[in-house]
Amino acid sequence: MQTGVQTRADPGAAAAEAAAVALRGLRRDYGERPVLRDVTLELAAGETLSVIGPNGAGKSTLLRILATLLRPTAGRVAVLGAELPRGAWRVRGRIGYLAHQPLLYRELSVTENLEFNARLHGIDDPGRRIEELLGAAGLARRGGDAVRNLSAGMLQRAAICRALLARPDLLLLDEPRAHLDVGAARIVEELLGPAPGRTRVIVTHEIESGIGDADRVVALRADGSVAYAGAAAGLAPAEARAIVEGRQ
Amino acid sequence: MNAFRTILGKDLRTELRTLESIPAMALFAATTFVLFRFGLDRTSLEGSLAAGVLLATVLFAAILAINRVFVSEREQGGFDVVRLAPVDGTALFAAKVCVLAIYLVVLELIAVPLFALLFLDSAAGLAPLALVLAMVDLGLATIGALVSSIAINSRARDLIAPLLLLPLLVPVMIAAAGAAEPLLAAGGPSYDGFGKWIAVLALYDVVFGLVGYAVYDFLLED
Repeated sequence: MQTGVQTRADPGAAAAEAAAVALRGLRRDYGERPVLRDVTLELAAGETLSVIGPNGAGKSTLLRILATLLRPTAGRVAVLGAELPRGAWRVRGRIGYLAHQPLLYRELSVTENLEFNARLHGIDDPGRRIEELLGAAGLARRGGDAVRNLSAGMLQRAAICRALLARPDLLLLDEPRAHLDVGAARIVEELLGPAPGRTRVIVTHEIESGIGDADRVVALRADGSVAYAGAAAGLAPAEARAIVEGRQ
Repeated sequence: MNAFRTILGKDLRTELRTLESIPAMALFAATTFVLFRFGLDRTSLEGSLAAGVLLATVLFAAILAINRVFVSEREQGGFDVVRLAPVDGTALFAAKVCVLAIYLVVLELIAVPLFALLFLDSAAGLAPLALVLAMVDLGLATIGALVSSIAINSRARDLIAPLLLLPLLVPVMIAAAGAAEPLLAAGGPSYDGFGKWIAVLALYDVVFGLVGYAVYDFLLED
């Protein structure tokens, strides 16, 4: 059984296109406690990265750093060509972030929340875009409902609409299928799936589909260190499961 | 400007639906006036006592709103929403200052007539008093928005916000009382020192407005 960081290069893949995400020795501490240790990876534009690992491994923290919402403690982070945190202002508006929290105001309706986000992002003809997204997410009839009255699954779909509203170049998705039934998961799959020019970073606990849908995978250990970073084809599901379960 | 209007509109719409802040502030002010009326055992107030009762009531009513002004941003992810958008963080600060100022104006539209009814023999000083209250509102809103955004991430925010806020508001209260006292004097309003105190209030409001503008983006960072 292999121990330590396994980095399997897939030659040629990273070379051609400019990296949409580049991390070198990223570290993030909460107080004295390191949550992410020495994360190094590169993701080309248009690629999909799956982030797997046990609870508390720093997966959501990694997404918040990429979303420009958290500062790295050490290391180099570049997103869509901008160095973070200094260049964060350059990429805001180009990142779609789906978090555990829906980032929607409970007292406003779904449509009002999307209009609010659309105005902040300066989207032209927001009504048409909102209609299009709500239709695609199966929420066309629920747009007028207050967010506080939505079920968890509908809330997740509304949050996905919010994340996609500005047609982001980089999608950061934290467990996008959470709370969704099979039908809703299928709808969401189409919305969040690969698209030309769309780079995706997906935090998931579904190992098989996580590896199967991705071009690259980063597997984190419980202490926030990297157990594997490289091509998805280079990591077997059994090996990934062993990392998640702390056996490797 | 667009982001400022958008956030302001969202906050006012939310308040109209939930009525979380303004009714509580108005009820607090009305109750406080009744307590002063019976506690002081006076049917009429003038000069410094009248100014003190009115301004202290407005100040403490304002704290109710200041404590709540960032709650939805904290609990529902509003800070993240603003930081993910290509907008200047100071738009959030400016919108919150404006929201608090609007709440205070609405409060005063209810509280000042009630105060006049309960304590004043003449309403002659109320027109110039509006200018004093407008400057006080701006100071309370600016300093309140700044302090609230610092305190909001603390679990003890209900305690921390007033502890930080009240010392910073002492100069506002001194200047406001100095300006309001002659306006509420027995025998009708006078304007002794009025301009000087209004200038002090304006200066203080401007200084904290600039401080907020300069530091707010940093306050939004993790």
